[in-house]
Amino acid sequence: MSIAIHAQSISKSYSDDHRALDEVNLSVNLGEVLVVMGPSGSGKSTLIRTFNGLESIDEGRLEVVGIQLDSNQDERQIKRIRRRVGMVFQQFNLFPHLSILDNITLAPIRVKKMQKKDAELRAMSLLSQMGIADQAMKRPAQLSGGQQQRVAIARALAMDPEVMLFDEPTSALDPERVKEVLDAMRTLASAGMTMVVVTHELGFAREVADRVLFMDAGKVVELSDAKTFFSHAKEERSRRFLNQMTN
Amino acid sequence: MNRSKRWWWQVIIVIGLLTVMGILINNLAVNLIRTGLGLSFDWLWRPAGFALSEHPLPYQSSDSTAWALLMGWLNSLRVIFAGIVLATLLGVSTGAARRSLNPLLRQIAALYVGFIRQIPLLLQLLFWYFVAFLGLPSEPFAPLGAVIHLSNQGISLLGVTLSVEFAAVLLGLSVFTGASIAEVVRGGLDSVPRGQWEAFRSLGMTEGLGLRRIVLPQALPAILPALSSQYLNLAKNSTLAIAVGYADLYAVSDTTITQTGRAIEGFLLLLLSFLLLNLLINGGMQLLNRAVLRSQHHH
Ligand SMILES: Nc1ncnc2c1ncn2[C@@H]1O[C@H](COP(=O)(O)OP(=O)(O)OP(=O)(O)O)[C@@H](O)[C@H]1O
Ligand SMILES: [Mg+2]
Repeated sequence: MSIAIHAQSISKSYSDDHRALDEVNLSVNLGEVLVVMGPSGSGKSTLIRTFNGLESIDEGRLEVVGIQLDSNQDERQIKRIRRRVGMVFQQFNLFPHLSILDNITLAPIRVKKMQKKDAELRAMSLLSQMGIADQAMKRPAQLSGGQQQRVAIARALAMDPEVMLFDEPTSALDPERVKEVLDAMRTLASAGMTMVVVTHELGFAREVADRVLFMDAGKVVELSDAKTFFSHAKEERSRRFLNQMTN
Repeated sequence: MNRSKRWWWQVIIVIGLLTVMGILINNLAVNLIRTGLGLSFDWLWRPAGFALSEHPLPYQSSDSTAWALLMGWLNSLRVIFAGIVLATLLGVSTGAARRSLNPLLRQIAALYVGFIRQIPLLLQLLFWYFVAFLGLPSEPFAPLGAVIHLSNQGISLLGVTLSVEFAAVLLGLSVFTGASIAEVVRGGLDSVPRGQWEAFRSLGMTEGLGLRRIVLPQALPAILPALSSQYLNLAKNSTLAIAVGYADLYAVSDTTITQTGRAIEGFLLLLLSFLLLNLLINGGMQLLNRAVLRSQHHH
């Protein structure tokens, strides 16, 4: 299997008169970093949230890590996908009542039935990778935004996912905290993780993305390799967006 | 309103309250003098002279009235605490069911809450007593094997025998209060940000695990205060037990008052007992509240 995610003409509406996703086709290869860009409301979040079943689709077919999904939300299939696909949110969504360590170990222990000791060792090693091993016993509220987001990445990685989804992971951060999170994502990408990243960080996208998906009004406008997209994007709509972003 | 005006209002209200209290105390004194008896509690130590259908400790009609009242109090405690446990179980599962992924479960839960809250509690108690329990055959039958035996003589659950009256009051109070607790729980769950649900789901956790470990702990601070007022409601509503002939504190007090004519003392004792009961429930809930807050702040 060399394809991690395959979307075949998927559509989704929240209301009758407007499609949040409109016949989206795309594939994400294993080991690839796909960056998703587009104006606000273009359907970027909706798209990556369909990949782990947080949003249902109305039409089309979706295959994620070899598991099929369609419009009848099969909870069993979704759960199987979620065990193998990690997600990182804009607002971190750490569990505020649990320690950093418990945030990371809860799912491996309860979902993957890992031994507590092993889960804790793994969590500590992930926290070290993220450069925040000294925060393990604190509560999320005691950490900076950048640290919290790195915990969120560690939490997702603790399940040993095959694919990682990121929905604007740096948008809620103070500018001086953005780099530490992007660096962690860079490391992950160079280790070969399959990643789908919704972001407006052009520097990161240029450097790390293999391909860029540009969306507007629920439609795929352009899906190009990163070099092409940033040097001479095929679509006028993409070029205009890039111009706005750089000015 | 400026400060001095507010101050005047307070004085007027206090004077008003004192006047009303004065009139009430005066009435009480006048009544006591007129009956020529004065406030007396001697009757408590005289034989009660009536039988009780149900008593958690040994009791016969030659025992003192105080002992009979204690039996009533224990009967109240029994049904109230069993009711609190059962109503909580029902309410929490129903509240959670209303936020379940299963549409059928959601609908059943909404139906239960909507329906039960429309009907007066007294009617529900009478229903459980006359229709559900007295309607049972006199020969015991066991729908769930050895777990439960049902008949119109009583209910035997895992070997513990409950009277039909107790069972009717327990179910009536629990089903009624459970519907309100379900609303409290649902509100609590809704107060937890969407992101928390999405985060536990994204990690592959089941809804049950996520509810127990992620959502409910965060919902508790919102749930607990409303929950204790539901428990107090249940305790107060338990006095309706008299309608189905369950020998609770209120029913026993009522009997002693008729028998001794000691209405004022009887009601004073009744008031004190309920005050004590409420303090018990409030105290318990405050301990729980503090424990929850503590466990959430340090860990
Ligand atoms: N839960 C929802 N209910 C109703 N409409 C929604 C919901 N979520 C998204 N939408 C609508 O669907 C469309 C796509 O939204 P989406 O959040 O996917 O956009 P986005 O590209 O992620 O935007 P942003 O850059 O602002 O995050 C928008 O029109 C949005 O208003
Ligand atoms: Mg978005």
